[in-house]
Amino acid sequence: MSTNMSAHADAHHEEHHDTGRNTTFGFWIYLMTDCILFSCFFATYAVLFMNTAGGVSGKDIFDLTLVGGGTAALLFSSITFGFAMISAYKKNKGGTLFWLAVTFVFGAVFLGLEVYEFHHLIHAGHGPDKSAFLTAFFSLVGLHGFHVTAGMIWIIVMFCEVSKSGLENRTVTRLSCLSLFWHFLDVIWICVFSFVYLMGAM
Amino acid sequence: MSQHDHDSHDAHGSVSSYVVGFVLSVVLTVIPFWAVMTSAFDRATLFAVIVVTAVVQIFVHLKYFLHLNFTKEGKLDTLSFIFTAIIIVMVVALSIWIIYESVLMMMY
Repeated sequence: MSTNMSAHADAHHEEHHDTGRNTTFGFWIYLMTDCILFSCFFATYAVLFMNTAGGVSGKDIFDLTLVGGGTAALLFSSITFGFAMISAYKKNKGGTLFWLAVTFVFGAVFLGLEVYEFHHLIHAGHGPDKSAFLTAFFSLVGLHGFHVTAGMIWIIVMFCEVSKSGLENRTVTRLSCLSLFWHFLDVIWICVFSFVYLMGAM
Repeated sequence: MSQHDHDSHDAHGSVSSYVVGFVLSVVLTVIPFWAVMTSAFDRATLFAVIVVTAVVQIFVHLKYFLHLNFTKEGKLDTLSFIFTAIIIVMVVALSIWIIYESVLMMMY
């Protein structure tokens, strides 16, 4: 069975490889359009962040220790996803599943900290309805949070697919798309913590 | 087959390239956080430190995590990113320019 499978894979190797390449390129183009969506939210924040309507500004509400913790969790999740991809290319199923699970945990830590921050702010009366600054802030950071949530659901789906059907070329291509998505979210987060949190708190 | 392995090794990164990218990212994250949390510099310098470390870290991520390059296979990804970056500069920088200028004009 396994020799049959590998002969089959070899015969169609080029074809699969090309299809996978096209798929990841198509997904990359989607990520570029997502980039433009984020840049619109950044532009909105840049235009509105001084309009605090007499309420709190970034300096009053940003807790850099919390943000630093979230940033660390996301960075760790980036390198653990890298290890998952290296295991996947080596057809190491156990390694791939392990590193996917670790990535999921770091993603959950990041989201947990963000939900805690949002809950804390809304509870203290600084919800998104209080000023243009808070609306833009919740929209931008929330949009990133929604993407991370989507990425984590996708990690669960890929975890099930890998554990059920192994690491065929098709599955590895899907993992590559998820890898692009996850690393792309980390690039967006660099812009969020630099231009929203650090500049707001300085 | 070994040729293919070699190619995929280059295109998808190795443990060492991920570790290099990770260490550079940690350094480039700690510097601006430290500078802002300890107020190590005046405002203008802090601003410059944040912008420079952010831009450098974005390039680190693009190279070591997203594997953008100028090889025959990866060229299209890189070119589409550069195109997107130009659009983003137009959307963000021009929006800020237009709005801030109009705010100034309304004040006088």
